[in-house]
Order: sequence, then structure tokens, then C-alpha cells
Amino acid sequence: MNNLGVILRRELASYFATPVAYVFIVIYLIMSAAFTFYLGGFYEREIADLEPFFRFHPWLYLFLVPAIGMRLWAEERKYGTVELLLTLPVTPTEAVLGKFLAAWLFIGLGLLLTFPIWITVNVLGNPDNGVILAAYLASWLMAGGFLAISACLSAATRNQVVAFILSVVVCFLFLLSGLPMVLDAFRGWLPQAMVDGIANLSFLVHFSSLSRGVIDLRDLVYFALVIGFWLMANRIVLELKKAD
Amino acid sequence: MIEAKSLTRRYGPLLAVDKISFAVEPGTVLGFLGPNGAGKSTTMKMLTGFLAPTEGTAVIHGHDIRTDSLAARRKMGYLPEGAPLYGELSVERFLKFVAEARGFRGADVSQRVNAAVDRLSLAEVMGQTIETLSKGFKRRVGLAQAILHDPPVLVLDEPTDGLDPNQKHEVRRLIRDMASDKIIVISTHILEEVDALCTRAMIIARGRLLADDTPAGLLARSRYHNAVTLTLDDLETAASRLGALVESREVEIRRGKLTVFPSSQGNLFEAVTRTIQEEGWQVDQLQLEAGRLDEVFRTVTDTAEAA
Repeated sequence: MNNLGVILRRELASYFATPVAYVFIVIYLIMSAAFTFYLGGFYEREIADLEPFFRFHPWLYLFLVPAIGMRLWAEERKYGTVELLLTLPVTPTEAVLGKFLAAWLFIGLGLLLTFPIWITVNVLGNPDNGVILAAYLASWLMAGGFLAISACLSAATRNQVVAFILSVVVCFLFLLSGLPMVLDAFRGWLPQAMVDGIANLSFLVHFSSLSRGVIDLRDLVYFALVIGFWLMANRIVLELKKAD
Repeated sequence: MIEAKSLTRRYGPLLAVDKISFAVEPGTVLGFLGPNGAGKSTTMKMLTGFLAPTEGTAVIHGHDIRTDSLAARRKMGYLPEGAPLYGELSVERFLKFVAEARGFRGADVSQRVNAAVDRLSLAEVMGQTIETLSKGFKRRVGLAQAILHDPPVLVLDEPTDGLDPNQKHEVRRLIRDMASDKIIVISTHILEEVDALCTRAMIIARGRLLADDTPAGLLARSRYHNAVTLTLDDLETAASRLGALVESREVEIRRGKLTVFPSSQGNLFEAVTRTIQEEGWQVDQLQLEAGRLDEVFRTVTDTAEAA
């Protein structure tokens, strides 16, 4: 794993060498603020918490995280740099993890830059900062889940637009799988255990319990498994598709 | 030393490389020669560990590319086709990344980068973003990353493709300078390059190794090897006179030039010059042909096509 850090640093250097980093961070901050204040009714609720801020994160990530993830491998494959990268003495695991971690840290940076809202709510009242911390963690973990899906699908194509659309669709399915409208479609013909299984795949279910401040090990394990699964899939897809 | 053992690669039903075997010693510049899509790049991708062979393997300085890929890759520098680079990075940042990925740390990184930059005269563009560079500079950056760790094996896929004649000359000079103690494998479809650069040439077509020889050896296979070409006024008379020599097998008039092909007897060139003196012809041009690579190339690859 000597080269994990090397790849991670190169990736981050690329983010900040292009407008990607700045556009992402600015849009992310504007959108999250707009959702919080207009749709979430941050002031009108007169409750000192960040629920209206975190409530919209799944929907924000649904589009923004695939936008970050779509370039991870599709761009490398399109420009042929994947050949350069994978003929260096770098293992595929180092490459997959390094790229993923760089993007995840970068999204984490965006998340950290929302700190003014945390200051605001602390100025206005006495929120439970433990809950807020848990919600930040939940938000970052969920972003990691979305990102791992996007990274894997990005390796499946050399076209970033295709990677983006595929990622949004798959992320959307993962997001919605806990909602009644999806579950009802399965309820008629699948045994209850499998329907529960599908419900348990939902990002929303795990995110909302974590973001209420309930740190349940099962939710943490869920996100760890999702990320691990999709990154392993990423390795396999990369191996299969790099030659195309 | 490189040893390829029945390297084979399939893409689905397509057989891209078909049981290619060869061994190369240090001090060799090996040229892969072949039409586009012949399997040159695929062979290189397998040697450098990018693609796993479907069958067979290769051993690079004692490291099997299948079982010991990382160690094999450490021995190699590779310039992929088209010299792909991270365009958004500066030359310096990019080369430092490659140096770090090659395992250098601390002061060694700058030292390696600087050595490569000096060798390829990149100092003036060090701080520039790669995508703003001219094609020639980009190729040089690609070469710089390949030679950064002074590898005993260099694999360069079409290193001069798309460069202007001066840049081509520059790249060839660089390759020749490094050739003495390394194994350098280049691929090309430029025939003159084989003659200018390589000590050994392999013709690959349809995934098969069709010829493996020195450039001189390949030239000797040419119909034109040791033929004599001359230009003078009365081609017809000269043709019938020269065609009657025991040293000549055949004559050919093409584009205002007369070519006499040697038979197995005597020295054709001497016989032709003697005849010219005897007849008192006014000859504008007289040339002993070494052989024509393009003709050998066509003959070898066409035979494969027909087979």
C-alpha cells in the first residue's frame, strides 16, 4: 500500500488543477444552503438543529457525487492514461482505493466547508452537537456509498456522460429501495424476508437513523459493506474493461 | 533479458496475438514492424503488464509477468501508444508523481526528475501544464516518465508517430544513446525507422511473428538486394544488353529507371560498370541497391494474408 498515498495526492492535485474542485464546492455550498433555508424552512421551524440541512443531502448527493465519480476511470480510459497508471508498479487495489479516497476526502472537504451553518445554529440556540456530529458522519458515509457506486460504473465506460447517467440511476435505486412505492412492487411476489432485505439496502433508511444521532453499528457496517462491495466490483470491472 | 513464451491474446473471438515467442538480450533495439492492427501494441501491453496474456507468458529479467508482475514492471519503462499523460498537471508535478509511484522518496524524487528533464531538454516547460504543450514536448514528457528510473528495459509504442522530421530525429538520437546497455523495444510502421534505429526487427501481422532478423537480413530478402539501378537515355538498348549478362537474372524498367537484378553468378555491379565503359553510355545515375524494406514488408505480410 506504499503507493496509495502517491495516487491519492496525484488525484487531489488534479482536482485543484482544474475547475472541477471549485465548481463542485461552490455549487455544493450554494445548493445545500438553498435547500436548508428555502425547502427546509430552517428559520421558520424555530428548532435549533440541522435536520433541514441534512434532510436534503441524499438528493443533493444523488447528482453531485456521480458528477465527481464519473471521471474517476472513464477519463483515464478515454485518454489512455489508465495504461500509464496500471503499468507503473502500482497494484489495482492501490489504484482503486487511492482514487476513491481522494474523491471521498474531497467531498469531505466540501462537507467541512458547510461549517458556517453549524456556527449559525449554535449562535441561534443550543443544538445537540453530538447529533450534528453524527449527522455529518452519516452524510459523509452516504457520500462514500454513492461515490463507490459511481467509481465502479465509471470503470465500465470511457464516456463520462454514460457513467454519470448510469451512476445516478443506480444511486437512485439504492436511495429509493426503502420507500413504499418500491417495496409495494416487490411485496406481491417476493417473500417478506427478501422485501425486508431490499428495504434494508436503502441509503435513506440507514442515513436517517444515523443522522438522528443514533449511532447503530449496523448502519456503519452497512455503509462499510456498500463501499467495500462496490470498490471490489470496481476492481473487477476495471480488469475486464481496461483493454477495450 | 526478455523472454516471451507463446504470448497469446484473444479479444473475444478475435485472436490478436498468436503464440509469439522470442528472446532479447541487452544492447538490442528491437523493432516491431507491422500493419496497423497487427498485434504490435497488444504484445507490448502484455509485456508491460497492462494486459494479461490469454495464454503463454513473458519473463523480464527473471520476473514472470503473470506471477511477479510488480517486480517485472519495476524493470521496465513504458511509453504507451499516443503518449497519454495527465494533461491537467504541470510537467514537474506529473514527473514527480511518476517518480514517487516508482518508489523514489525525498531528495531522490527531484534528482530523478531533474536528470530526466535534462536528458530530454524539458527545463523550459517544467512549470507548464501538459495539455498546453506542443506534440513534440508532450512526447518528450512521455519519454521522460519512461526513462525516469533508468530501467534496463524500455518499451516504446510508436515513439516517433506524429512528430515532425526534426523531432523524429531527436527521439531516434535519444533512443540510440540509451541503447548500449538496455533492451529497447519499439513498434513502428515507419520502415526507415527500422533501418535507422533497430539492431533487430520482427515483422508481425495478424498476430503472428512472420520474420525475425536484423534489418540487413531483412533487406537481403528483398528482390532488390544487390540489384543495380541506373538512369540513362536509351533504356531499351541498355536493358537488352545488360539483360544478356550472365550476372543478371532479370531487368525491369520503371519510372524512367532501369533495374538489373542479380543472378547467382559473379558480381553484378562490376559487370554493369564494365559494360557501361565498354559501350560508352552516358549514365546519369548508378546505384547499388541494399534492398527495399517496403517490398520485403509487403511480400511477408501479403503471404500471411493469403495463407
